[in-house]
Amino acid sequence: MIALLVRDLRLTFRAGGGFGLGLAFFLIVTVLVPFGVGPESALLARIAPGILWVGALLACLLSLDRIFQLDFEDGSLDILATAPIPMEGAVAMKALAHWLTTGLPLTLAAPLFGGLMSLPGQGYLWVFLTLLIGTPALSMIGTFGAALTVGLKRGGLLLSLLVLPLYIPTLLFGAETARRAIQGVDYAQTFAILAGVTAGSLALLPFAAAAAIRINLR
Amino acid sequence: MDLVVRDLTVARGGVPVLEHLDFTLGAGQVLVLRGPNGSGKTTLLRTLAGLQPPMAGEVGLPPEAIAYAAHADGLKAQLSVTENLAFWASVHGTRDIVPALKQMNLESLADRMAANLSAGQKRRLGLARLLVTGRPIWLLDEPTVSLDTASVALFAEAVGAHVAGGGAALIATHIDLGLEAEILDVTPFKADPSVVATGAGAFDEAFL
Amino acid sequence: MEDTRVRQKNDRWNWFWAWANPVKFMSWTGKALPWFIGLTVITVIPGLIWGFFFTPAADGFQESVKIIYVHVPSATMAIQAWGMMVVASLIWLIRRHHVGALAAKGAALVGLTMTVIALITGAIWGEPMWGTYWAWDPRLTSFLILFLFYIGYMALWAAIEDPDTAADLTSVLAVVGSVFAFLSRYAVNFWNQGLHQGASLSLDQEENVADVYWQPLVLTLVGFGFLFVVLVLIRTRTELRRRRLRAIELRERMQDA
Repeated sequence: MIALLVRDLRLTFRAGGGFGLGLAFFLIVTVLVPFGVGPESALLARIAPGILWVGALLACLLSLDRIFQLDFEDGSLDILATAPIPMEGAVAMKALAHWLTTGLPLTLAAPLFGGLMSLPGQGYLWVFLTLLIGTPALSMIGTFGAALTVGLKRGGLLLSLLVLPLYIPTLLFGAETARRAIQGVDYAQTFAILAGVTAGSLALLPFAAAAAIRINLR
Repeated sequence: MDLVVRDLTVARGGVPVLEHLDFTLGAGQVLVLRGPNGSGKTTLLRTLAGLQPPMAGEVGLPPEAIAYAAHADGLKAQLSVTENLAFWASVHGTRDIVPALKQMNLESLADRMAANLSAGQKRRLGLARLLVTGRPIWLLDEPTVSLDTASVALFAEAVGAHVAGGGAALIATHIDLGLEAEILDVTPFKADPSVVATGAGAFDEAFL
Repeated sequence: MEDTRVRQKNDRWNWFWAWANPVKFMSWTGKALPWFIGLTVITVIPGLIWGFFFTPAADGFQESVKIIYVHVPSATMAIQAWGMMVVASLIWLIRRHHVGALAAKGAALVGLTMTVIALITGAIWGEPMWGTYWAWDPRLTSFLILFLFYIGYMALWAAIEDPDTAADLTSVLAVVGSVFAFLSRYAVNFWNQGLHQGASLSLDQEENVADVYWQPLVLTLVGFGFLFVVLVLIRTRTELRRRRLRAIELRERMQDA
């Protein structure tokens, strides 16, 4: 299974566009928001954690359809399904590869981009921490969505439609925790739930995603 | 390690396409599936590979005996020949890819990106992929598509070597591979509409 | 497939599941449907008339408050439809009864419609009450989220050609989606804290509402319950007929071939 992870990482780096594209998209969203709402620092500071979270979430969405689509087209998925590794494990590895090439770079970049959004001092740490805890759930949920739509010809748009509602709890708890931490309000509860959503997704969704893959290969 | 098929019915999209299939594939045998396009050869191979459930009947085979290859070989253009093979080898729990490279005459191409291989070389890589699975029964779906005569001969040779070494192969193809093979024409097993539609347990009886 | 059939035959609940056989289902729902329509008519219409015209005007409320007799029942149905969808999906996943999958599909459309009605009537009611058509109040927000979930579920149904594959995948989505929908419902309570105070909505007030207003509301709630049954039955019957049509077409194609 490590081999699958290594292969997917290698493919993302060699195919180009992989994480560079997601990061560039994230940067552009962050740059566009001040153009839209005006340059006033106080306003930007207030909305910064939310904008960074939404931006990261959308950037994460961009590369989801590639998780299974290429493997489906070239028959790799068929071979994986007949291979001795469990599909659940393969799905989890795919999600991990997606997180390492998308979620992690976004998390690392978010504090940098926070500077553009006049993020208050406390915010750098908390936007980073909440994204670090929350983005694995985004990758796992996205992998589930990609598994549902893998056999479809124009699955991209449908994938967004299916996945975005599922992202709501993570987005809510993530951004809320960052906001509360910045305001100095008690954030322990929302932070714990954010971690709980991630843990639950990682534990259960590989099974749902693997089931969806098997159904789609039939 | 025989592949034993008993009274098998396979379905595509919930509709039976082939029924009452009975055959055995033993070590050292090659079985060639014949039949017009859309007759259900691919469906049969996918069912035997365990990718879809049979509609009725039994497929008997030892666990992890099947290596399935469709038109696409699951090869990545951005990976080198060695990387492609090493990946599939480790997924199947085998480590050594050198014999496969040697047998498919790919040693000199080991470091080349799969994107830069010719069609024939790609197919050889696909066969090497089958070799590294270490599995005895090959299920091949139209393996000679887009191959020239020389490559077809090379392919037939590889299948022959595998079978001579105690393996077996079930191949859906239209062309004569020049192998010593039994032919299974699937046409007589085509699901009979009158029986299927009216018999007990008909596929869509629930709705009528 | 064979195994499922044998298992179903040996099940001591077989008499119960037999009602889900498509042919039998069509026959008994065909007979039951007029009765349910009748029950709907004699509850919804009097309930609405009673609620709209024969309740006294209350202090502090304008006439617009009477939209409650549509708003609350439709909102209740919207949530119940999701619940039914999940149960029906599980029946399909576990027991492989086609009626389960198709009833889930039918319930989704009814649920989506009820959600839209609840959102619209809520907006119409909200304007005179709180001076705005929309606020990111937890209850409003969770209905908007429910709306998004329904859309996604139905889009997946529409996108997949093979009906059994579609049934399988949408069922998986319904089960997984429910967990996330529930989480979202819970999440908006945290998220809205401190932003909106005092926008307490419909249900909280009903607790103080006098019996004069309660009684017609109960009647409309019961009526909408029957209406829901009627609509879901009609939708499910339509979907079953569609599948039947498909089966007939497939047979013809096989005979031609």
